Amino acid sequence: MDISSLEGIALQMRRDVVKMIAEAGSGHPGGSLSCIDILCALYFGGVLEHDAADPAMDGRDRFILAKGHAAPALYATLARAGYFPVDELATLRKLGSRLQGHPDPQLCPGVEVSTGSLGQGLSIGCGLACGLRLNGDDATVFVLLGDGECEEGQVWEAAMFAAHQRLGRLVAIVDGNGLQIDGHLHEVCDPADITSKFCAFGWEVTTVDGHDVGALVEALGAAKAAHSDAPQLVYARTVKGKGVSFMEDAAGWHGKAPDAEQLAQALAELDANEVAA
Amino acid sequence: MNPELIARDASVKKATRAAFGPTLVELADRGLPIAAVDADLSGSTTTAKFAAAKPAYEQRHFNCGIAEQNMVDVAAGLALAGHIAFTGSFAVFGTGRAYDQIRNTVCYSDLNVKIAPTHAGISVGPDGGTHQMLEDVALMRAIPRMRVLVPADYNAARAALKLAAETPGPVYIRMGRAAVPQVYASDVALAVGRAYVVRPGSDVTIVANGVEIAEALVAADELARRGVEAEVIDAFCVKPLDADTIVASAAKTGRVVVAEEHSIMGGLGDAVAQALSARHPVPCAFVGVRDTFGKSGEFDQLMAYFGLDAGAIVEAALSFPGLS
Repeated sequence: MDISSLEGIALQMRRDVVKMIAEAGSGHPGGSLSCIDILCALYFGGVLEHDAADPAMDGRDRFILAKGHAAPALYATLARAGYFPVDELATLRKLGSRLQGHPDPQLCPGVEVSTGSLGQGLSIGCGLACGLRLNGDDATVFVLLGDGECEEGQVWEAAMFAAHQRLGRLVAIVDGNGLQIDGHLHEVCDPADITSKFCAFGWEVTTVDGHDVGALVEALGAAKAAHSDAPQLVYARTVKGKGVSFMEDAAGWHGKAPDAEQLAQALAELDANEVAA
Repeated sequence: MNPELIARDASVKKATRAAFGPTLVELADRGLPIAAVDADLSGSTTTAKFAAAKPAYEQRHFNCGIAEQNMVDVAAGLALAGHIAFTGSFAVFGTGRAYDQIRNTVCYSDLNVKIAPTHAGISVGPDGGTHQMLEDVALMRAIPRMRVLVPADYNAARAALKLAAETPGPVYIRMGRAAVPQVYASDVALAVGRAYVVRPGSDVTIVANGVEIAEALVAADELARRGVEAEVIDAFCVKPLDADTIVASAAKTGRVVVAEEHSIMGGLGDAVAQALSARHPVPCAFVGVRDTFGKSGEFDQLMAYFGLDAGAIVEAALSFPGLS
């Protein structure tokens, strides 16, 4: 798929995200919009081996959304990839929906494991990578973390374990949007240089523009293809709320739904981006 | 329980934890995809014996270092890849330190992970109250989808570990550090959701599990000398609880003592009281640790100090009007 097609899908997924959160009346738009291009590169850029018609396909690569509050981004991705009908996005967070506030693998096709309590996804990815290796399966395990999530101590337990176990088929992606609920990371409790810390534990690290889908496809593909015993980190520099001007780099949009007027403005801006492209 | 499977022998004493590593070897030898995940306590929990048994098993043993939260989620990941993952560590760390991981990942995703820590309760003795986990059954019992097993002796622990491996989904197996008397024969088999009458009686029911089974049987001997026939029920499976067996016994005796090496809050006592109050209310007495932390001392001393030994059970039974 060419880059402009990928950008078109990402734009559509951004529309999906703001619409479903507005419809739900709650949710996390900021951190969903910041990771849309990463998910687009993984699922539509040919990086992640997967099959919407067979979510449990043998040999599939695995994706774990460690930052589970970005569930709307994952649901938009899975719907657009064909795991379930796009119309179902309107049921987000409602009683009886398969689309819980945070991902539930018992309900939602394409979700591998429950997440939402931050700090756990990378450890789960470590265990999955160990288990696949025991099975002689060389699938890659991708885990998407938030940069704020890296304040959780368990992330560093997992970083240590992954390097010690030489989990070369494990790729962690950090959505580096620089914000958390209470403000900028450097104001709240600064984890400081996340890439250097992963390096120090023995990971191989690359940094990429997290809104350049072409660059993401290249970086994630390279991490997957790395013939290394070392686990791989792709640090994506992102903007929280990317694509909607009033949500961009604004901590207040971490966990708030747009009202009808704000939704109209957000959709108008996203439409304008499409015209501009 | 088939009476032939009861094999009381106070001279044979073994810790329940000693069954852990050897039983994992047995299960893996049967071809089950067993994986053991520990946190720098593999010698104490005995999962090191699994790792040492064969090179192929060493590949299936993952030492996370001193990182219990990672341990539980690594086990979750192994389960996602089709393995039957047992976690280790001590009960205080293997449940409390990693409660959120057990709740939100293992149980919420209904994964085939067996939380199997050792050194539960006061059995860890001289290490003191920081290490004596007395709330683990309460924590584990409250989580949806979790089954909770508290085996009485080495042979029951072996059976409980096998049962856990054969039961899909999350299972908690509570094991202790202290050597405890043999109650069961080596070929005893246990089932989820069952409680077993290990001694029949008609005057008072003693529902117990773990190390309290041996104490309850000694208490029953003493009560018999005083003309009181106690029925002893092993509720090794706290959840799901075999309410039918317990209610039937209570209907016969009209009095129930519950004994557990655990806080009286949230454990077996509460489970039994809940079942009885709904279906057949009878007076109950509770033998357990009374809303306090443990303290350093030898196991036997602590059993007496905290009122968990056979004497305490006898006293509780004789406290009922009509039995004193």
